[in-house]
Amino acid sequence: MKANGDKTFQIIANITLILLSIACVLPFLLLVASSITDEQFIIQNGYSYFPGKVSFAAYRYLWGEASVLFKAYGITIFVTVVGTVGSLAITSMLAYPLSRKGMPMRKLIAFLVFFTMLFNGGLVPNYLMYTQYFHVKNTIWALIFPTNLLMNGFNIMLMRIFFINSVPDAIIESAKIDGAGEFKIFHKMIVPLSLPILATVGLFEGIAYWNDWFNGLIYLTDPTLFSIQNILNRIITDIQFLSSTSLGSQVGQASEAIPSTAVRMAIAVIGVLPIIMLYPFFQRYFVKGIAVGAVKG
Amino acid sequence: MEQVDVRKINVVEQKNVRKINIRKKKVKDFKNYLPLFLMMSPGLLYLLINNYFPMFGLVIAFKDINFTKGIFASDWIGFKNFEFLFKSADAFVITRNTIFYNGSFIIINTIAAIAVAILLNEVKNKFLSRFYQSAILLPYLISMVIISYLVFANLSIDTGFMNKSILPLLGLGPISWYNEPKYWPYILTLVNLWKNVGFLCVIYLASIIGIDKEYYEAATLDGAGKWKQIILITIPLIKPVIVMMVLLGIGRIFYSDFGLFFQVPMDAGALYSTTNVIDTYVYRGLIQLGDIGMSSAAGLYQSVVGFVLVLLSNYVVSKIDKENAIF
Repeated sequence: MKANGDKTFQIIANITLILLSIACVLPFLLLVASSITDEQFIIQNGYSYFPGKVSFAAYRYLWGEASVLFKAYGITIFVTVVGTVGSLAITSMLAYPLSRKGMPMRKLIAFLVFFTMLFNGGLVPNYLMYTQYFHVKNTIWALIFPTNLLMNGFNIMLMRIFFINSVPDAIIESAKIDGAGEFKIFHKMIVPLSLPILATVGLFEGIAYWNDWFNGLIYLTDPTLFSIQNILNRIITDIQFLSSTSLGSQVGQASEAIPSTAVRMAIAVIGVLPIIMLYPFFQRYFVKGIAVGAVKG
Repeated sequence: MEQVDVRKINVVEQKNVRKINIRKKKVKDFKNYLPLFLMMSPGLLYLLINNYFPMFGLVIAFKDINFTKGIFASDWIGFKNFEFLFKSADAFVITRNTIFYNGSFIIINTIAAIAVAILLNEVKNKFLSRFYQSAILLPYLISMVIISYLVFANLSIDTGFMNKSILPLLGLGPISWYNEPKYWPYILTLVNLWKNVGFLCVIYLASIIGIDKEYYEAATLDGAGKWKQIILITIPLIKPVIVMMVLLGIGRIFYSDFGLFFQVPMDAGALYSTTNVIDTYVYRGLIQLGDIGMSSAAGLYQSVVGFVLVLLSNYVVSKIDKENAIF
């Protein structure tokens, strides 16, 4: 009787979860199916899960604009790598001293870090500061520095707690007795001991940079600096964008020749593909990272 | 009398000596810790520039910004910007939308995430459990721009899956989704749930897994069924996490997911009555309309009320359970 009740519950759980999983993945299939459907077929029947008439015209068109897309991917990759490495460096270098017991003013500084999570100046002062004083408008730095992307209070607190709990004081003391300087201790001992937290924060920073479109939206008007997300952001309302930008390689490509409804979906597929392909590899760390953040934060 | 005075002087001298010693120790400390301060300097500099300078910039809301004069040299105009803002119909609409949406997100997402976490915990097959988790978490990983494409594929007026496949099937005519504000509260709530339920679910699952199995064994021996176990064991034991997550949400109720309200409705003007929130209002004022006064007034309103709400919700947490308070 008891075992029976358990089994029914398990079956219900599995069925519900299968349906939920499908609901989460299905929209992506609509995207892919639509991207390989013939333009005329879409105009008549709408976007559909079953490409009634398969056509790769959308991808052929995008291949014609490959130089723009490659450049955008180049910018996305550059920003992601530089941003993530820079973020890990300055975040860990701020968090580590704050974890040291004798550190003067550490309570005050930790509070100043924490306070940024409670209160901020908001978009207007940030925008005016970055554009009027730092002149980041239409520079690559606009994609790296603003909007707390480079470093945020939450990651600092997360790392600090890791350093406090997982780096024994004795190691630091003995290294000091051996005459190692603080930078050497950090570089040779703390960093190797902290790879799990560096990997977690690095993964989240990497995804944040890869997915970011906000900085490009407010700080960039020059399409040559657009990341792949900014291109996507522009194309959804302006399908001519690819061929109209000065980068467009095929000046002669007539606008009516663009299979625009399918191209919209194809470019989204190109934008989302790398992250979906990599997902199975980092899925486990991603889940762990969320759980760690929740418990510690 | 004199003796007392001498004693006082002694005490004062001792105190001074101690002070000097402390100061000497502090100076020595600073010398010893100089390399660590150096190490912190890039991070502190970023914090100062990116987070603290803009806080002073909040005074912009009380100024009539004139770029030829410079931001800080512009004329003070007191509360004029706020007068304009709160006299306009916008102030009410954006406040209502912000609180209404975020409030329903907190309630709906929390219930859904706990339910899914409980179901996931029942799946004994490790591979299946991991598969479900990955699938449900996938939308959380995707940028809002991509999500706006997914929504567009479904809701496009001429070629959308809804208008071309689903509605005809139900015998209904096409709906002009991007012109009809009344549908968007449901659409945005659904998209938000779809995107975020996986994230919350992982958090709740982590705390459910942490529950001692003995509770369930004892309950099974007493003849409690699954449903009773969930109501009487699982929910009460993860209650601290639920309370904390909900209060964190309430603390941030004045801040919205900009992408959700800007990208997903594709910035359609016809939808502003149900899609405009404080964050999108500030953005449009600043970037699209160039109305810095209104925009900065709305920004200050958000910062201040948001801050008060964080403090309030934390105060409530600390009253309920000191351990879970953030500070």
